[in-house]
Amino acid sequence: MSLAALPALLARDLRLAVRHGGESLMPLFFLFAVLILVPLGVGPGPNLLASIAPGMVWVAALLASLLALENLFRPDFEDGTLEQWWLGHLPVTGLVLIRLLSHWLITGLPVIIFAPLAAQMLYLPDQALGVLLLSLLIGTPILSLVGGLAAALTLGTNRGSVLLSILVFPLVVPVLIFATGAVSAAADGFSPRAHLGLLAALLVLALTLVPLAISAALRLNIE
Amino acid sequence: MSLLLEANGVTFRRQGDLVFAPVDLQLAAASALVILGPNGCGKTTLLRLLAGILRPAEGQLLRNGSTAFLGHASALKGDLNCRENLDFLRHFHGRAGLSSSQALVRTGLAGLGLRPARTLSAGQKRRLGLAGLLVAPRPIWLLDEPYASLDDAGGELVDSLLAEHTATGGGVVLSTHQRKPRLRAAHGELVVRKAAPEETA
Repeated sequence: MSLAALPALLARDLRLAVRHGGESLMPLFFLFAVLILVPLGVGPGPNLLASIAPGMVWVAALLASLLALENLFRPDFEDGTLEQWWLGHLPVTGLVLIRLLSHWLITGLPVIIFAPLAAQMLYLPDQALGVLLLSLLIGTPILSLVGGLAAALTLGTNRGSVLLSILVFPLVVPVLIFATGAVSAAADGFSPRAHLGLLAALLVLALTLVPLAISAALRLNIE
Repeated sequence: MSLLLEANGVTFRRQGDLVFAPVDLQLAAASALVILGPNGCGKTTLLRLLAGILRPAEGQLLRNGSTAFLGHASALKGDLNCRENLDFLRHFHGRAGLSSSQALVRTGLAGLGLRPARTLSAGQKRRLGLAGLLVAPRPIWLLDEPYASLDDAGGELVDSLLAEHTATGGGVVLSTHQRKPRLRAAHGELVVRKAAPEETA
């Protein structure tokens, strides 16, 4: 039947996110809390801050994306809307992708939009700003995908946030390494292409495999 | 007479044990089937199997048409109001049914369209679930205890909706342990039995 179901789901997810305004803004608040507190902790010297800026922004973005993961599938699982996904005329993988897209729009996109401000606060060299944005654009969807898999797997456990974090961390280490590698290379005047290429390859890999794994994991928990 | 739903020797296993004895059933268009049985005999599991939420361990299951499943969980978003919940269902299933306001009136919820769904009483939530069936018409209705927490008027509402649905060529499978529906359409009955302990070879 019609693909109109996908925008309908996206619109509802975003409407719910707006209605839970405070909760949805948490990742952004968290990002800036970290970026403001770290210079206070390590000292405001521009040289030091510029050298740790790529890692700082990325670690904060990574932790921020973790914050909203617990509620990615759990409310739907509890109120019975999740099992309705299997009645529909659409493959569950498509619905999973839509849910991940809304998660990214809520947690990833605001981080990208405010990244130039964060870069200024940490004295990131100007020539690295474009690469930082590009690495966030490629990398944050991977965080949503991998985090979504962990959220789907821990759905059956009671409040599985600790387990969720333990599952996510090892899987996102490559993202962190290549993304910060790209930004540092650009800041030092080298070409970031190799790092960005590997990051993009990770995105393609995650985008093709993870939605299938998430639908299987959700099904496991529904049964 | 076309078949909407057919099950041949369908079973489901939970941790390796059969939940109920193998089930054979046929649901023709414009008919209803009532699933009877005591608590815990697997009525809900059977309905979830028929809906496609669970996969049968053995046996064959054929569905001819899209299904609507109304279970114990309301499948409503508490933070959206009644109208938004119905609008979502309507758009999700292709905008073919009644408008949200018509469905609210039909199920006796007129005037509650802007109330967040979480503030509704249990009976009103059931009614909103029924309204969801009307905004997104699907030929096969699978209703798990549709009379639960409804008052007498609500019970009659369910009966009349079922009669209308079967009169227009739909099929209904519903489970109940309390009130026999006063169905005006032909309906069969199916008693779900607990599986006998398996003999291990």
